[in-house]
Amino acid sequence: MANLVRQLGQRSLNIVQEAGGMMIFLLESLALAFVPPFRLRRVLQEIYQIGVKSTVIVMLTGAFTGMVMALQGYYTLKQYGSEGALGSAVALSLIREMGPVLTGIMVSARAGSAVAAEIGIMRITEQLDALDTMAVNPIQYVVMPKLLAGVIAVPLLTAIFDVVGILGGYLVGVVLLGVSSGSYFAGMKQSVVALDINGGIVKSLVFGITIILVACYKGYHTGPGAEGVSKATNQTVVLSAVLILAWDYVLTSFFM
Amino acid sequence: MIKIINLVKSFNGQKVLDGINLTMPTGQITLVIGKSGVGKSVLLKHIVGLLKPDSGQIIIDGQDMSRLGGRDLREFKRRFGVLFQGGALFDSLNVFENIAFPLREKTRLPEAEIAQRVRFRLAQMNLTSEVETKLPDELSGGMKKRVALARAMIQEPEIMFFDEPVTGLDPPMANTVFHLISKTHQESGYTALVVSHDLPEVFQVADQVAMLHKGRIIAAGAPEEIQNHPDPVVQSFIRGEVDFLEA
Repeated sequence: MANLVRQLGQRSLNIVQEAGGMMIFLLESLALAFVPPFRLRRVLQEIYQIGVKSTVIVMLTGAFTGMVMALQGYYTLKQYGSEGALGSAVALSLIREMGPVLTGIMVSARAGSAVAAEIGIMRITEQLDALDTMAVNPIQYVVMPKLLAGVIAVPLLTAIFDVVGILGGYLVGVVLLGVSSGSYFAGMKQSVVALDINGGIVKSLVFGITIILVACYKGYHTGPGAEGVSKATNQTVVLSAVLILAWDYVLTSFFM
Repeated sequence: MIKIINLVKSFNGQKVLDGINLTMPTGQITLVIGKSGVGKSVLLKHIVGLLKPDSGQIIIDGQDMSRLGGRDLREFKRRFGVLFQGGALFDSLNVFENIAFPLREKTRLPEAEIAQRVRFRLAQMNLTSEVETKLPDELSGGMKKRVALARAMIQEPEIMFFDEPVTGLDPPMANTVFHLISKTHQESGYTALVVSHDLPEVFQVADQVAMLHKGRIIAAGAPEEIQNHPDPVVQSFIRGEVDFLEA
């Protein structure tokens, strides 16, 4: 019993220590964004790697999510004779919840894992040490551009997800199931307010920082060898997904 | 001159460096030998500022490196060149970009001047201009080491560090790398620390040799002195005897 309590205590301490470490890592990275050299080119390269290269997978996920939601929503709403509310149901679900959360999870799976692996390999092959010995701060050169790219790219990807999802819902609801096109968009226009959109943007910003922070931190502190990199990549995807869902609850309760 | 005074470092309660005392004279190549895992690279990483000691001092030209931090330490490192064990070339940059990297990052030299310096270093390392556009993955082990050496030398450092410079290379390529170290040292006159267990070939580049064993320097002197050192541990290591290596 005493052993169990000790283990529990040790694990809790480790979690607190890691959370503290991540927070210091985040603050240091963000502070370095305001110290020259500003590395705009590196930020643009990372926006391409994290954002542009995730566009197709985010569009695909968005399209199918919107289509499924329209299909489910249509048969539920039909029971109450409210098919006209389909547009607002699809749009509100996408903008408030599904867009930020699913975009975050997809970016974490595609770009977060790649970032963790890239930085992890740089660590074990001494490329980060090489930067340091050349008097180049590895956090400023490697981590900071990725974090800024995450902050910029994830909200934009979320917006793409939302738009494609709404169009996917239109395809199923209006084209296939015969809901009136006017009521699909009119309902949306009436029910979606600025708070919904702002809430979605804030969520996607927080998810963007979370995903890239976890990926950079895990990669930067990776263990030795291929096993270390594999563990860092795996932990990045799992921890990012859990944190996205936890943050989603916290932020939703804040915006409700 | 680099002076290490009573350097101590432990990892997870295990002492890796247990009071290292060593002096590396200016303009000379000091070789640190010892079996794998004895802490040679840990010692090197302390001197280049990648690790902080638990106690002790690293004095470089009168300045205590172990007390420097942040920007001061980073500026101090501009005097260094480091050849890492695996080369540590940046995967995403080609050979030209790798060698030019320190100049692009730390100087305001025009591109034409940078290109001229990169090509000079490539020629110095017996590499043709055809390799300029190749990525590190497309290079052989020996080429990687020579590109990494060119990058380490590009800012004409005052102090060079070589971490296992020939490990993993075939004997002819190892001799080529040793020859390049000797040649660049003669041309530039840098102070150098070479960490290696590749005996006896590595003796050819050294002005003085120190042997690291169980966290301490157990012998130091000219290469001939070390080769004839009476300590059985030193002799056993030089002869590559199995008992000592497995101890």
